[in-house]
Amino acid sequence: MSKPLENIDDVLSQHKLSQLEYANIKNILGREPNLVEIGIFSAMWSEHCSYKSSKKHLNGFPTKAPWVIQGPGENAGVIDIGDGYAAVFKMESHNHPSFIEPYQGAATGVGGIMRDIFTMGARPVASLNSLRFGNVTNDDKTSKHQRFLVRGVVEGIGGYGNCMGVPTIGGEISFDECYNGNILVNAFNLGIAKSDEIFYGKAEGIGNPVMYVGSKTGRDGLGGAVMSSDSFTEESKSLRPTVQVGDPFTEKLLLEACLELFKTDYVVGIQDMGAAGLTSSSFEMAGRSGSGMIMHLDKVPAREEEMTPYDFMLSESQERMLICARKGSEQAIIDIFEKWDLDAAVIGEVTDTGNMELFWHGEKCAEVPVDPVSEEAPILDRPTSRPAYLDGIAETTINDFAKVSNQEAFETMISSMEVVDKSWVYDQYDSMVQTNTIKKGGQLDASVIRVKENGKALAMSSDCNVRFCYIDPKGGAAAAVIEAGRNVAMSGARPLAITDCLNYGNPENPEVMWQFAEGCLGIKEACLELNTPVIGGNVSLYNETNGVSVFPTPSIATVGVNDDQNKVLLSNFQKAGNDLYLVGNTASEFGGSLYLKEVCGTVEGTLPAIDYKKELALWELVIEANKKGLLSCAKDLSSGGAVIALAKMAATSGLGCDVVINEISDSRDIFAESMSRAIIEVAPENADTFKAMLGELACEKIGTVGGNDLKINDVEMSLTDLDKVYFGQFKKVIEQDL
Amino acid sequence: MKVGIVQFPGTNCEYDTQYAFEKLGAQTAILWHQETAIADDIDLVVIAGGFSYGDYLRSGAIASKSPIMKAVKAYAEAGKKVLGICNGFQVLTETHMLPGALNRNEHLHFISKHHHLKVVNNSNDFLCKFEKSDVVNIPIAHHDGNFFIDDAGLKGLYDNEQVLLQYCDKDGATSNPNGSVDSIAGICNKAKNVFGLMPHPERAMEDILGSTDGIKMLEGLM
Repeated sequence: MSKPLENIDDVLSQHKLSQLEYANIKNILGREPNLVEIGIFSAMWSEHCSYKSSKKHLNGFPTKAPWVIQGPGENAGVIDIGDGYAAVFKMESHNHPSFIEPYQGAATGVGGIMRDIFTMGARPVASLNSLRFGNVTNDDKTSKHQRFLVRGVVEGIGGYGNCMGVPTIGGEISFDECYNGNILVNAFNLGIAKSDEIFYGKAEGIGNPVMYVGSKTGRDGLGGAVMSSDSFTEESKSLRPTVQVGDPFTEKLLLEACLELFKTDYVVGIQDMGAAGLTSSSFEMAGRSGSGMIMHLDKVPAREEEMTPYDFMLSESQERMLICARKGSEQAIIDIFEKWDLDAAVIGEVTDTGNMELFWHGEKCAEVPVDPVSEEAPILDRPTSRPAYLDGIAETTINDFAKVSNQEAFETMISSMEVVDKSWVYDQYDSMVQTNTIKKGGQLDASVIRVKENGKALAMSSDCNVRFCYIDPKGGAAAAVIEAGRNVAMSGARPLAITDCLNYGNPENPEVMWQFAEGCLGIKEACLELNTPVIGGNVSLYNETNGVSVFPTPSIATVGVNDDQNKVLLSNFQKAGNDLYLVGNTASEFGGSLYLKEVCGTVEGTLPAIDYKKELALWELVIEANKKGLLSCAKDLSSGGAVIALAKMAATSGLGCDVVINEISDSRDIFAESMSRAIIEVAPENADTFKAMLGELACEKIGTVGGNDLKINDVEMSLTDLDKVYFGQFKKVIEQDL
Repeated sequence: MKVGIVQFPGTNCEYDTQYAFEKLGAQTAILWHQETAIADDIDLVVIAGGFSYGDYLRSGAIASKSPIMKAVKAYAEAGKKVLGICNGFQVLTETHMLPGALNRNEHLHFISKHHHLKVVNNSNDFLCKFEKSDVVNIPIAHHDGNFFIDDAGLKGLYDNEQVLLQYCDKDGATSNPNGSVDSIAGICNKAKNVFGLMPHPERAMEDILGSTDGIKMLEGLM
């Protein structure tokens, strides 16, 4: 094999490996590594692939329930949705690439998560995305760049998803200065498969061929996993070549070819080539099965000449899959992929050596034992310390600020970019292809598709109130799980499981590591209490630019099942004359609220109280009352409290409301963000039956639907004026530079 | 009744179209782009939506050179019915089976939403179940739906009652989402056996999905 390396210190630093890790590598190999091997260890032990900083804290997530078919550890998680069908879903980040090159970064994020889903044997049927941008409203260079990023990311998501023919049905977008130097792009996808036809990423059966299918390999995305495992500095713009270029058309072909292949019995295991490309897919597949593998890298279809073994192992070219096939089925598999104009080649075979042996034109160019690389990656126990900023912010209340009228506060909050309608974004996504979409982006709260195969509906919602996470990293993460679940439940579906995407700052900063550790505790607690296990997810660290870390942002996507696709509960007003109820207790809780941010200009305070029992009672009420057909609509209360919820319900329905909320102790509490609350619309004839189901839940009849105005206590606005700001503001801000 | 639905690499509405026609009681067959003839038992050919061959060139341009389109052209010339939806409409203009061209949307964005349409002419199979000036609600989802035709061509379309649908608001007033000439959303050929439109009637077949206005369109061809 090739000679030992000169300038080893330079090589290690380029590969972001420490001297300690280098010593470990030499120990594993029993000799000096060559460049290919260095590349392999560097990619596999990168934060992105190894979860070395996070693993310790992810242990102990609740991952089991009778309906969970596959928990974390595979390409995606799987839950049973009845009648022999399963939902396969996962969420993943593409933050760093999207900041460097928004269109391609976001596009390949969508492509990557879809491959994770269809590699499991499922046809992708719905996408969500959770996007965080910096300040877009100022008249400065930063805001201008952020607006450019918004436009690029949205186009990229649409460009990829639309071509794939997979509807993008919703998600969330919010803005905060902490993302000025580091935006977050989290993509979620869900697919449907038969529950007994799930495919896994394994490579077993000595002598079985290892096949490469899909796009040819180029030099794009070389070292992407390592790039994503570092903070940003001024030099990051020069990293553009590490961002992959997406080709959704090829991925569409790959999808159809794979689904055709899955109807045969040729596949032993299959895995997509995502971060760290051929390296991670081959090592993970062999690692899961305790096998060894031989690969002839010169047999890998190449996009350009003079590529080296190093390039082939580290390239992150998109739209590629690695398959372990049944011996003898090689030609049949090649025929399927050739029908779809895709490359397919036998590049190696499964062995019993436990080693990954790589060859280049017949000569061995690397040999690495599989287990120590994929299973025994370093686990770090990074120091944590409670952030200093938390001292002193808990005491802040709205009484510390000059009082403004509710009308003035409302007018400020309703025009906030976080609140206003985002159809400028959602209309760029094909949300209706596949003809299953019942409720989509812009229709508030959870998104819902029906399942043609079994007559049910799947509700899904991705949420995270990042201000809550900033003032209380543990409670905020729990609140994200609670809110995503509540959104799903308010559509009449029973929340079943979550996937997460944990975006945090630099783990080498003990305060960030503390936020991360607390966030994990919050998710554990909430998932356990609400019985929505974690079935997969992703960690994205180093979301930091020039020393400024983002707010802790654990994006949570919850999926639930509604047994009847004809009984999906909507989130906006349905009929003039119907009664409106506020269910749940309202207290003067403004910690991390929209009110404090927009009206008082700060993110401080104590997190609103969490009460899992009340939360579950609310879910149960809505799910059961909806089954009986008693409800006209239900909307959860979150950012901006009752007033903002009612304003959104009015704007999106074109119906006004006349509401007086009495059960409050301070007139401003109509904006309070107490948890476990919802606005529920009920036709008068169903009122008694509905009220009989309340049990111990607090409930106040607050008014009726109808009229041409939004009237809530001392807040009033005509629907015409509301429309103008609610539907006009987003485009006005985002397109102001064009 | 048997409907043949063309599948190019990159087509993504073929199964939606199949589902819609089967819901109405038709039999269906998927026609692969490499096929060179249309079977005799096919009563209607539908070119479904999507991104044929990725549409990295002009939308529909590569598809227009495919083996199946030669067969579809011969099929239409024999007087049989062809419907192109979205990308299918683009393919039909690229093969010159329908006049005009579909440019990039005026605002340059992909646009996906329910949109109202006004029935302009009903003297054809596709819209025979509607009255003139009926307003329907059908989803649109396209990047290149900006219909263009020169003045002489436009006059010809009106003279021969070839304009099928125009974009409008819920009250029938003009509302143009993409910059199309005269807000035109769909047309047919002179012989009234080849139909093309940007909106997706196959997505408007069920109340729970927001509209059932597509049913009468597809039924008109059955």
